[in-house]
Amino acid sequence: MKTPLAVIVLAALLPLLAGEYYINLASQIVIFAVFAASINLLLGYGGLATLGHAAYLGVAAYLSAFLYLKLQLAHWAIAPLALIGTTLMAGVFGLVALRATGLGFLMLTLALSQVLWGTAYRWVAVTDGDNGLRGLARPMPFGINMNEAMPFYYFVLVIGVFAIWMMARFVSSPFGATLRGTRDQPRRMSALGYDVWLIRWITFIYAGFWGAVSGLLFVYYHKYIHPVSLSLANSAEGLLAVIAGGSGTLAGPIVGAAIVLLLKNWASAYIERWNMLLGFVFVFIVVLMPEGVVPGVKRLWQRRSASRG
Amino acid sequence: MAAALRIAGLKKSFGGLPAIADVTLEVAEGERRLIIGPNGAGKTTLFNLLTGDLSRDAGSIALFGEEVARLSTWRRCHRGLARTYQIITLFPKDTLEHNVALSLLGLSRRRWSMFGRLPASFYADAREVLARVGLEKVASRPIAEVAYGEKRRVEIAMALAQKPRVLLLDEPLAGLSREERGQLKSLIAAIPRETTVVMIEHDMDTALDLADRITVLHYGRVIVEGTRSEVVADPKTREVYLGH
Repeated sequence: MKTPLAVIVLAALLPLLAGEYYINLASQIVIFAVFAASINLLLGYGGLATLGHAAYLGVAAYLSAFLYLKLQLAHWAIAPLALIGTTLMAGVFGLVALRATGLGFLMLTLALSQVLWGTAYRWVAVTDGDNGLRGLARPMPFGINMNEAMPFYYFVLVIGVFAIWMMARFVSSPFGATLRGTRDQPRRMSALGYDVWLIRWITFIYAGFWGAVSGLLFVYYHKYIHPVSLSLANSAEGLLAVIAGGSGTLAGPIVGAAIVLLLKNWASAYIERWNMLLGFVFVFIVVLMPEGVVPGVKRLWQRRSASRG
Repeated sequence: MAAALRIAGLKKSFGGLPAIADVTLEVAEGERRLIIGPNGAGKTTLFNLLTGDLSRDAGSIALFGEEVARLSTWRRCHRGLARTYQIITLFPKDTLEHNVALSLLGLSRRRWSMFGRLPASFYADAREVLARVGLEKVASRPIAEVAYGEKRRVEIAMALAQKPRVLLLDEPLAGLSREERGQLKSLIAAIPRETTVVMIEHDMDTALDLADRITVLHYGRVIVEGTRSEVVADPKTREVYLGH
């Protein structure tokens, strides 16, 4: 309990110590951490590798931008509509994707998200195609101006902490225990009286919901949405963040999100081919700590303590 | 009174090769039934059909008079059918008590609780079940750290925790030492008669004394059925096991 609290306190103090660039970077990390944590529900706790999770981020963002720009609804009405719409879509996608497991599931999630990606490019009347939807304003809860980096960061941090807390409660609940069981021994779980398919479907929807929350924060941050947010690259980046940080751990996706975004932002400022560097870093992590940075560091630390003791 | 288990005309083929060619059998409530047969006789396939791990090609399966052949595995479990596996399928990173608690949770509505904690009572009950199989001292150790014989007992503890009406034991004595076999046989013998037990064994002599009746399976068919003395005396049994 001490470590999460310390991290939250440090995160809350960050705007007092850092400039606007770093505050904005921290906002992006929190948003990406929520996205990665929602993937982790499926991958880390359910054993379901997805390559289509950007669909929920992208659709929630598109719905939000569309309702704001084309129908001129207010943010307080848009947010629940976007979340409900995207979560319902996750329910339908889950019905299709969970016809399979393993590689089949991976391909179905990829195919479904690619359909949306293609639609976002081609359905110009709704999405403005390759131009994307621009001109979105950030919400102003309690009249607070969110256009400044600091208040927006706190807004994102509060929602991010709440989201990760909700996901942590979910995985440590009896349902979470059954979800881990379906990951490790699905056949045995059926024999013990568990409806494995339903457990996976509920998790799929729950993960879709938090993916949608990250999508809302994403579109508030950028005030712009482009088809690339629905792309395979975006889903893969989330998946890599989870694997790099440590799947099946609560801190893993947060650390993974920080690694990906820090590398992207810092490296891209100095190195033209920063994607290559990102690739090398992932290879390095997977070779040195195949279980991910969080469990890997923990293992190395325990080994060091044991050799000293 | 309805039989605990009534199987009629059960068939299952894999790519045209019949694993269960035609099985009809009835197990009375409270009975201890031993199913024996050489390798490839279809014993485990029969269990997989009973639990719903495999879907049948034809035939019916009734549990206490209720047709269950169309039900999914988890629904059959809720009707009172539990099983152990020939190849141990436990949760190796979790403790023994967590394994058994998962088994208890499987039949509880609490399994849908998404924001609470697993009540301590589940672990207390799990420890009680583990004490019944003599594993209370290692209850908090991970499965990966206990011996093979102990894992076999956890398999049985998980099944017993659900207080099943019909318990299917798939070669529970396989791979155990003589001493461990003796312990496990005592454990099986102590299962209350409210639970009907159907047990598979490859080796005919190992578990004969545990059974009320014995069924000999060969190439997916029942070739002999009867009491211990009837089965042992039957020339077909000798033919299957000794080849003459």
